[in-house]
Amino acid sequence: MNAKMLTLNHSVEFSFASDRSILIKVCDDISPECNNEIIKIFSVLQSTSIEGIQSIHPAYNSILVAFDPTIIFPFKMMEDLKKLVQEKPLNIEYETNTINIPVCFDEEFAPDLNEVAQLNKLTINEVIAFHTRPNYLVYFLGFSPGFPYLGGMLTEISTPRLKTPRLKVPEGSVAIGGKQTGIYPVESPGGWRLIGRTPLKLFSPHKKPPTLLRMGDRVNFFAISKNEFEQIKSKQE
Amino acid sequence: MIKVIKPGFQSTVQDRGRFGFSHYGISISGTADSISYKIGNLLVGNNCGEAAIEMTLVGGEFLFEEDAIISITGSDFQPKIENKIVSMWQTLKIKSGEIISFANTLNGARSYLCIKGGIKIQQILGSCSTHLLTSLGGLNGRKLLKGDRLPIEKLTNEEIQSYKVSKQIIALLNSKNIIRVTTAPQTNYFSKDVIEKFTSNKYVVSEEANRMGLRLIGKKLEREIMEEIITEGITLGAIQISNDGMPIILFVEHQTTGGYPKIANVISADMHKIGQLRPRDEINFQFVSIEQAHKLNLELESLISINSFDKL
Repeated sequence: MNAKMLTLNHSVEFSFASDRSILIKVCDDISPECNNEIIKIFSVLQSTSIEGIQSIHPAYNSILVAFDPTIIFPFKMMEDLKKLVQEKPLNIEYETNTINIPVCFDEEFAPDLNEVAQLNKLTINEVIAFHTRPNYLVYFLGFSPGFPYLGGMLTEISTPRLKTPRLKVPEGSVAIGGKQTGIYPVESPGGWRLIGRTPLKLFSPHKKPPTLLRMGDRVNFFAISKNEFEQIKSKQE
Repeated sequence: MIKVIKPGFQSTVQDRGRFGFSHYGISISGTADSISYKIGNLLVGNNCGEAAIEMTLVGGEFLFEEDAIISITGSDFQPKIENKIVSMWQTLKIKSGEIISFANTLNGARSYLCIKGGIKIQQILGSCSTHLLTSLGGLNGRKLLKGDRLPIEKLTNEEIQSYKVSKQIIALLNSKNIIRVTTAPQTNYFSKDVIEKFTSNKYVVSEEANRMGLRLIGKKLEREIMEEIITEGITLGAIQISNDGMPIILFVEHQTTGGYPKIANVISADMHKIGQLRPRDEINFQFVSIEQAHKLNLELESLISINSFDKL
């Protein structure tokens, strides 16, 4: 557990993304500092009671606020959001955790591991070593249920996405897509290269919260055997 | 209980949707044509977002194992009760043991079967809505299959007022060729000429049209600013331009984030039309301001009220 004290001191841009949503642009690029700013604003918005807000979606450098336009006039929402974000001096306590994620890199779970190694002129063990070395930052969740956008992958193992995406990527697959790495929490289509699989459940709709990870968390991957994979998997269900 | 005799092409349990979970990567889902669904519920005396059956292109057959008050709204899937044609857009009664059957559509993409009290299945994250792509919610996260049984609320003896929706309102809802849009976060990535191309030409709905999105075919739209877009949250009805220059309307089961430029966004008051579009339908886009969009939205909302329906 790691509780951070955060203070809000940033100027941000507001614009309508549609007649029922406002995009709050917080910074120009992707950085852990920007992520901190996003966390602050997200926390402020989550703790407010502006009637009509339907959802708040943080991303790398922006936050999208969707609202019900039959409940609140869009320009009133814009005004309220600006006031809230810009005028309220804040001390926010936001807890983040470090989560250790076991990954089995066995051939069975890693159809693209060999190619990732070859394209980067590395051995399979070197790819695993590079992948399990960093302490990754969860920038935010999005795209599909529980999918974490992770920052911090070493460029030594960057690999272009597959030309033709797979129609079905199994749940728990750990993958590399360009300069990014991620985990597929639910079975879905996907074009990233599969290098392993975690037995942990990243998305459980009946739990509160429904996701294992949250924005601002840190992730460490560690390698496990097929046996350990099966053992952990059986405890998950 | 309602027993599924034939499921139809793609029938699912839907309600208003799953709001408030986009930061977990969960899109709202919900009905594709929220207006027809809302009217359907009003006609049977529901007003709390009760779950209904959404049918797509070809409807199914459903056996009612108990008496119920129902309504059929949306597109005309040629509904019959015990092989007798029944009216859409009005309060209906169905008796225990009777079968309601639907055929293929005569106009749009979706038809709704609403039941007084709604379908009583377990909510997941605050909604009964089926999110097909991620197998979330609804009945086991999937479309209805032959033999499925759906629990419904037991009918009380209390009489309810029957209503019928006027022809004028139905006609208004059925016009779907003009889709009004507002600007989107990357409208300025496109030159004036390209925006002109986007609004002055027809776009045709392709075969790739589902609850996740509708890919359109028409004049190619090339962006002027090539700067890479940092992945950001996506709104319902965003019109994204893919690398081949063709627009995609992101729909109720959309992925919650994206990195393609968005040229425009369908206004809330026209989203129900998107749910009725079928492959080969032609549409024209028309820009309106946020103020106009809001006005149109309020006008539509005021129309969708029990006060504008006729008593039977």
